[in-house]
Amino acid sequence: MNKRLVTLLLVMAALLVGVLPTVNAQDDVFRVAAVAPSATNDLAFSQSMFDALTLVDAEMGDAFDFVFQEGTFVVDDAAVALREWAASGEYDLIIAHGSQYGAIVEELAPEFPETSFAWGTDQNTFGLPNVFAYTAAAGEGGFLNGAMAAMMSESGIIGVVGPIEVGDAKLYVDGFVAGAAAIRPDVQVQVTYIQSFSDVPLATEAANTFVANGADVLTGTAQMVVGPIAVATENGIPWFGTQSSQADLAAESGVMFQVYRWDVVLMDMIASIQGGTLGGEAFTLTLANGGLQMVMGQRGM
Amino acid sequence: MIEQVFTASVFAAALRLATPYMFASIGEMFGQRSGVLNLGVDGIMLMGAFFAHYVALMTGSAVLGVGAALLVGALLGLATAFVSVTLKAEQGISGIGMYLFGLGMSELLFQRLVGTPRSVEGFSAIYIPLLSDIQFLGIGEIFFRHNILVYVAFALVPISAYIINRTPFGLMIRAVGQNPQAADAMGINVARVRYMTVILGSMLAGLAGAALSVALLKVFQQNLTSGLGFIAVALVYFGRWRPVGIMIGALLFSFVNALQLQISAIGLNIPSEFAVMAPYVITIIALVFASRQTEKPDALTKPFERGE
Amino acid sequence: MPRPHVRAWFDRLFDLLPPVTSLGAALAVASILLIVMNANVGEAYLALAAGAFGTENATAETLVKAIPVLFIAIGICVAFRASVINIGGEGQMIAGAVAGVTIAIAFGGRLPPLLVIVLSLLAGFAAGAVYGGIAGFLKAYFNVNEILSTIMLNQVAVQMMNFLLNGPLLDPTEVGTNHIPKTARILNELQLPRLTIGWFDGVEVFARTRLHYGLILAILLAVVVYVLLWHTPIGYRIRAVGFNDRASRYAGINVRRQVVLAMCLAGGCAGLAGVVQVLGLQYRLQTDGSPAGFTANAGFNGIVAALFGGLNPFGAIPASIFFGGLLVGAQNMQRDIGVPASLITAVNGIIVIFAVSSQVFVQRRRQRRRNIEINPPTTASSPEAAAATRKAQA
Repeated sequence: MNKRLVTLLLVMAALLVGVLPTVNAQDDVFRVAAVAPSATNDLAFSQSMFDALTLVDAEMGDAFDFVFQEGTFVVDDAAVALREWAASGEYDLIIAHGSQYGAIVEELAPEFPETSFAWGTDQNTFGLPNVFAYTAAAGEGGFLNGAMAAMMSESGIIGVVGPIEVGDAKLYVDGFVAGAAAIRPDVQVQVTYIQSFSDVPLATEAANTFVANGADVLTGTAQMVVGPIAVATENGIPWFGTQSSQADLAAESGVMFQVYRWDVVLMDMIASIQGGTLGGEAFTLTLANGGLQMVMGQRGM
Repeated sequence: MIEQVFTASVFAAALRLATPYMFASIGEMFGQRSGVLNLGVDGIMLMGAFFAHYVALMTGSAVLGVGAALLVGALLGLATAFVSVTLKAEQGISGIGMYLFGLGMSELLFQRLVGTPRSVEGFSAIYIPLLSDIQFLGIGEIFFRHNILVYVAFALVPISAYIINRTPFGLMIRAVGQNPQAADAMGINVARVRYMTVILGSMLAGLAGAALSVALLKVFQQNLTSGLGFIAVALVYFGRWRPVGIMIGALLFSFVNALQLQISAIGLNIPSEFAVMAPYVITIIALVFASRQTEKPDALTKPFERGE
Repeated sequence: MPRPHVRAWFDRLFDLLPPVTSLGAALAVASILLIVMNANVGEAYLALAAGAFGTENATAETLVKAIPVLFIAIGICVAFRASVINIGGEGQMIAGAVAGVTIAIAFGGRLPPLLVIVLSLLAGFAAGAVYGGIAGFLKAYFNVNEILSTIMLNQVAVQMMNFLLNGPLLDPTEVGTNHIPKTARILNELQLPRLTIGWFDGVEVFARTRLHYGLILAILLAVVVYVLLWHTPIGYRIRAVGFNDRASRYAGINVRRQVVLAMCLAGGCAGLAGVVQVLGLQYRLQTDGSPAGFTANAGFNGIVAALFGGLNPFGAIPASIFFGGLLVGAQNMQRDIGVPASLITAVNGIIVIFAVSSQVFVQRRRQRRRNIEINPPTTASSPEAAAATRKAQA
């Protein structure tokens, strides 16, 4: 009884508001929609994709357009956005920028075989013909940063602030540790994973702890590093960054930043989609293909 | 091994970390002693943190930033008092409302007015002459090399204890919190006292936010406090509504936090989830012991109705 | 004195005061904020509405969003009726999800699917109940404020989940990889079916959406809890304690037991929210390290919805759908016209403040009404009730 009543109400609600017609992308503009977990100006992961899309936009001009939903740390909110975009049929490529979104893409992509999806960082296309995967060999820049950090360190102690031990964060940290050890086997790299991508006070205090333990070089990854960067600046010690350039914030502390140039893989994907291939390929940013770029900060020059 | 874990810097870190808790908790204590639970502390802290950071960024003056945080704290305190005292709303829930408001509003303002994380000059550590050089037991490093707000926070302990215990205003606060009917009969304006304590407490919450954004972290980001304000409310209960108790609680909580970072930094193998969890578990256990002989203000969370 | 039916009509009108005033006030504040941000107010609200109910899919997503909020809100009704302020929905939801997914993975394929689903739901309820019960027990027997203990327990729950997902519960095929920690996917046969609604001429509504049977479960739970609260002695005792704990004690009610029970029920409902989210929507449990990554703040939004629904499980249904729409619509507002979704967080806060402020007027009126109704002791349903209300008025 009750169920039927509710059903009726639901249906009426659905009908009352009507169903808007959907328009298919028939024109020559290549439309991209992307969702990312934090802000487009987080100086980290989300910004790297926003900057890349902006670059592609500048390059392709009128033939390109994109929308971006930021701050979607609630995984299920991303599912809503991705489904809305897919159902609208307006987009040639839909990007789920965050490895936590993988399960959503896996569920969604088979329902919309005409639409191309991309997600990262990962290499798994789930065997689906309309899914691209992309990742960054973050360990490469990590290795370079680590090697240079070991050279700059006088105390032989280096501090690393990480979020949780997964994805490109783990690749970067592992690469950094290996790079430092390659230059100076006796160097001591202290790593703390604070179990959060966003807890700035905790990340800051982790960095302070390293400094108190004698660390004279700091690095870290994810958006909460804005705190540790301030610690580096305050103590006048070098900072190494990754994901996006933090040169402005780090100012005189910034040495070197590994920047993700997703535009490299985006151009490949766009070409592929325009050629009729909607997915099935995994892309990796490397130093060799120009997808990873080392940017110097003030202190590195 | 032990000396590697319990370094002077861990104790120094505990003092530093305790600072925002102490501002917020002592402020909260004033409200609670008069019978008002303000659960919106975290939201007020976020607003204070944003405005302090923004004003410091624009003017280059951290002092002006602190002033802005106090002002915005006072305004939000006025709103909290109006809802809790005049409208007599359920305090636990209206506090959640204030928290959500501060959380959303500070993020919105940050997005619109600042955009990307930027650092401010802020308050730097002041090395107190002579005292900061004491090597014995690391006393110099632990106590005398902090930024100005750390000293202010600890100075607040005796000051607030004095206000509560020795001044006519403190007597009024306690009277209103223990037995508002009797206080009213004695001619004390219950509502006015509660307005004053809630506004004072919210100003201190704003200051706690400023301590984060212009002294300890020197940056602002969305949800900068990460729920710190809720811990501050818990510490009031932990400290049995006394400034010294609150200080001990704040120090203990901060010390466990500093310790888990130190343990992780020197590479001891404890799953970091448990390390992060530890301060919360310890607080719950502490609450169990703290609450047995309660000195809770009798009228806490109860709106005052005249002539009942 | 007005005639009875006029009175009743007036009373009902008065009950609508909190939602209407709080909504109006929130809209006013939101409009001011939008104007300050140079956004087109009309456009913004249109985007909000379209995002929430503009298409079949949007409506379905709104309902999907409302499901966990509704489960939590129903539990909050029980807790708040007993005057227990449960802020621990987040942690209890996580506890339920962890227990539910563990059962689903452990028994999936070994027992009949329907049995596994039922066991999984029960496990979720039980885990949430135990986790909520801890806070209830600490409040009842150690006088630990439940607001504080539940806030702490939320943090503990999320770290516990992170630990389990990194270790014992980690998808076996993911061991040694560096992916976001997640459990194995539950078997297809264990997924709650998608909910489509047959309409005339064979047209099916919500056919290609994510709406699932969790909605039906939540509505059934609302019925059960409504009956429990207003038509059983258990519910009567819970409400009596909330109404006046001292009077209830004099009336012979074991107040401590009611407090623990109320927290267990509230936690159980939140636990169901967690397990239904896994079985109906995500099909696995994963973490980004933060609580909201999984719960989407349902633990807090549930409080808002419960208040908005007048602490009545049936009122919670439209309230949850309304807030589901607000949250889903806010995302669309961000996508379409670039208004940050944080605006809606702030507006939600304003709604809570106004709802709880105007609630007081309604309660005072209700209390007056109840006094008039109950004053002759003969009309009270039991001697206990009469004693309780007499003491309450004293």
